[in-house]
Amino acid sequence: MIKLEPRGERSSTMAYLSPVLAALLTMLTGLILFTLLGVDPVEALITILYVPISDTHGLAELCVKTAPILLCAIGLSVVFKAKIWNIGAEGQLLMGGLFGSYMALQFIEVEAFWVLPLVLIAGVLGGMCWSGIAALLKVRFNTNEILTTIMMNYIALNILLWAVHGPLKDPDGYNFPESALFGDAALLPILIDNTRVHFGMALALFAVVAVWVLMSRSFYGFQIKVMGMDTGAARLSGFKEKRLTYFALLLSGGLAGLAGVGEVAGPIGQLIPQISPGYGYAAIIVAFLGRLHPLGILLASLLMALLYMGGEMAQISLGLPLALTGLFQGMLLFYLLACDVLISFRIRLKPKKITTSPRLSTLASETQG
Amino acid sequence: MDIDLITNILYAMIRTGTPLLIVALGELVCEKSGVLNLGQEGMMLMGAVIGFIVALTTGSLLLGFLLAMLAGVLMSLIFGLITMELSANQVASGLALTIFGTGLSAFIGSDFVGKPITGLDPVFIAGLTDLPIVGRMLFGQDLVVYLSFLLFGAVYWFINTSRPGLILKAVGENPHAANAIGLPVMKTRYLAIIFGGAMAGLAGGYLSLAYTPLWAENMSAGRGWIALALVVFASWKVGRVLLGAWLFGLASILHLVFQGLGFAVSPNLLAILPYLATVVVLVILSSNQTRSRLVAPMSLGKPFYAKG
Repeated sequence: MIKLEPRGERSSTMAYLSPVLAALLTMLTGLILFTLLGVDPVEALITILYVPISDTHGLAELCVKTAPILLCAIGLSVVFKAKIWNIGAEGQLLMGGLFGSYMALQFIEVEAFWVLPLVLIAGVLGGMCWSGIAALLKVRFNTNEILTTIMMNYIALNILLWAVHGPLKDPDGYNFPESALFGDAALLPILIDNTRVHFGMALALFAVVAVWVLMSRSFYGFQIKVMGMDTGAARLSGFKEKRLTYFALLLSGGLAGLAGVGEVAGPIGQLIPQISPGYGYAAIIVAFLGRLHPLGILLASLLMALLYMGGEMAQISLGLPLALTGLFQGMLLFYLLACDVLISFRIRLKPKKITTSPRLSTLASETQG
Repeated sequence: MDIDLITNILYAMIRTGTPLLIVALGELVCEKSGVLNLGQEGMMLMGAVIGFIVALTTGSLLLGFLLAMLAGVLMSLIFGLITMELSANQVASGLALTIFGTGLSAFIGSDFVGKPITGLDPVFIAGLTDLPIVGRMLFGQDLVVYLSFLLFGAVYWFINTSRPGLILKAVGENPHAANAIGLPVMKTRYLAIIFGGAMAGLAGGYLSLAYTPLWAENMSAGRGWIALALVVFASWKVGRVLLGAWLFGLASILHLVFQGLGFAVSPNLLAILPYLATVVVLVILSSNQTRSRLVAPMSLGKPFYAKG
């Protein structure tokens, strides 16, 4: 009989081990799934996890895909630390892409150094605008941020669709739902020649370091952590709960917005209806998988980016549905939550012998004697 | 506006509100037991895809609906297992259920996108269907809509007057007290979770077998989330769930109204309305903090460990 027994304190070893365990379990389930589907499981695993990054081109593409996920996830780590459930990174990303695109299209003919910063700032503001609304509703009206942020994802998507079918549509684009191509001055510079690795990756890495410093070295970060652990203690210490809520949500929204504008001004180069294959949702998994720690999140976003590439590769060479990525994402999060039980509980294979209560044992000795 | 337009709008309002009503009833029962399952969207999608595949391959809509419900139940059991046995966080687990359900349903259904199917036909009731205005709305619908009326009545009766309903509420308000007087907390919560899963599966099946009818990735388009907001909107009262579901149904079909009135508004902007309405309603209802704390089940979202 398997029994769970409280550890009494959180095991930090298990906290780090649990994501690894979850990844292994996901892989194992994948192997079983492929076998059932009649695909050689080992070949499938190599196709998904190794082939996409087996050459320099692949590694470069991994960086391209990592950048937006990393930006969203690092922002989410801050709000999640504050126990604010921002599920809206996807919408914030889309709004960042939309605002950035609007700015880029205003200066499409201009060749000047200030165009790109302006585009990026517009993107960040777009994301902040979107998460700021959720913050305002939470602080001012006590509205549940899970539901508002998720609703705003759908609203953002529809506004984006409206823009790309309407006001931002390329007038010379044969009526395709796409904007005109951005001018060169609005595009993120390429970091490594002959690849698509753009400045967005550098921005993402910078954000990781900045958030790391913020959360582990600054008083603001400390206040956010305390608020997440115990609202009462934070309030008692005089921390400004409302201001911290605004700060955390605006920061995560801004970073998600940067991710969005990084996509349209980076690898895409124009506004299209599909600027994100669910990066904002994937970032939630990444944030948990990375234990809300910058380094963990960096590793987890690389894994998630690989999963996106692996899904595409599996579709091309094995004929598996592209939705494989989404399936693996879901499994990963489920296994993680299940494995996390080991942080506060340990598994006992045999339950301890039940010790009889003193009264019963005296009774027993009396009858024996 | 002529009579025909009004009749059609009322008809479409109920039809569109039905999946919302069914999911929201399931979630209401689940939340009454103190369990917050944010996985409605994922369970709905699984119900939609399984129902569609089964109906398409076997030709039986009934079987499709039954297995759609089963799919919802199985999904809800994953959630139950993880939150009850492994005491995982309910919010995170519900979110995981939605992400997992979205991925799995897209994976299973990838070969079935865009395949045609004959959906559920409306069943007319002699005499009643021809009533002016409300005839089509209440008596010209398909069987699942009628079933949703019945379900509403049953849940209303169950929660407000039956003894098991009282147990459900006791468990949701204070599981420790309920446990102390010998009520089966875990069993009650499991049953509530399973009921929620079955309802979400049924609603998903309704989307792919009657409402649309076809299968497309992510076809529930946030209805599971709107249903969650509906429960808040209804202040956990069954009667208001019905009202809310139909109102949201109306908000979702306003483009018909606008077209009927001859306005030209972008369909994408009109698609925002139900989501926007959800946010507005949430803001209005939650702005009174004391009230919103009083109407929600006391132990909502909190795990229960039987101390033995």
